[in-house]
Amino acid sequence: MGTHAAAHHDAHHEEHHDTGRMTTLGFWIYLMTDCILFASFFATYAVLFMNTAGGVSGKDIFDLNLIAGGTAALLLSSITFGFAMISAYKNNKGGTLLWLFVTFLFGLAFIGIELYEFNHLIHAGNGPSSSAFLTAFFSLVGLHGLHVTAGLLWIIVLFIDIAKRGLKDRTVTRLSCLSLFWHFLDVIWICVFSFVYLMGAM
Amino acid sequence: MSQHDHDAHSHGSVSSYVIGFVLSVILTVIPFWAVMTSAYDRATLFAIIVVTAVVQIFVHLKYFLHLNFSKEGKIDTLSFIFTAIVIVMVVALSVWIIYESVLMMMY
Repeated sequence: MGTHAAAHHDAHHEEHHDTGRMTTLGFWIYLMTDCILFASFFATYAVLFMNTAGGVSGKDIFDLNLIAGGTAALLLSSITFGFAMISAYKNNKGGTLLWLFVTFLFGLAFIGIELYEFNHLIHAGNGPSSSAFLTAFFSLVGLHGLHVTAGLLWIIVLFIDIAKRGLKDRTVTRLSCLSLFWHFLDVIWICVFSFVYLMGAM
Repeated sequence: MSQHDHDAHSHGSVSSYVIGFVLSVILTVIPFWAVMTSAYDRATLFAIIVVTAVVQIFVHLKYFLHLNFSKEGKIDTLSFIFTAIVIVMVVALSVWIIYESVLMMMY
């Protein structure tokens, strides 16, 4: 964003930097619209959670030990992604790949726990079609799970990209976008475990 | 390379991530512990869950998403605040309308 008087030898550099900055800003704006999507799912859940159609309510089906495990996995994946970003900014390819791999494992553990929970509920006859409460529950938690799954696929793609081509500026920009996405999903999860699981179980 | 170094301060350091992580763990353990042991009555539990969740969201925004009011980061923060206002309207007003209509149908 320098003035015309800015040192010319920096011009190309600055331009490059700005492109990356505009990309992450654009991605951030997308995340804000995603936020609104989640907000409407939360509003739907808040409106429907009492309509259990004579079936189970949150208190009957939520296993807080399981949810605590998933929460721990996601929170750990957030800090390990932070370490991957720090390694990337230091141009440390090995460190970035290692921390991305650890992040992937924690994310996979989270999805595994969620799938176990969903599978368990459906087999107990509490599938998404059983009541308005369960429809809203599966939609909201499932939407978050789909986002995390997309994040996992994105980690694989960037892992291959970095392993093959190293940490180019463009790749670091992509990694910054994924970083925003991943931390954003952890923020959404705070709302999910607080307002769905903890309030449902108390 | 120099560009990466230049950027480093706005993307957090190991210590800032660790601080954010430790605060998040504390703010997660408190509500889980309170609900799992049923240590308090419903109103107190409700307050604990809401307060720890809101504080933890701010911790994540600051330490993980690096929102700030610097010249470069301001636009991200402002767009987040705008979105937060929209969300409050979407969620709070929907819930208000529906709960009021439920009450009216019942009495």
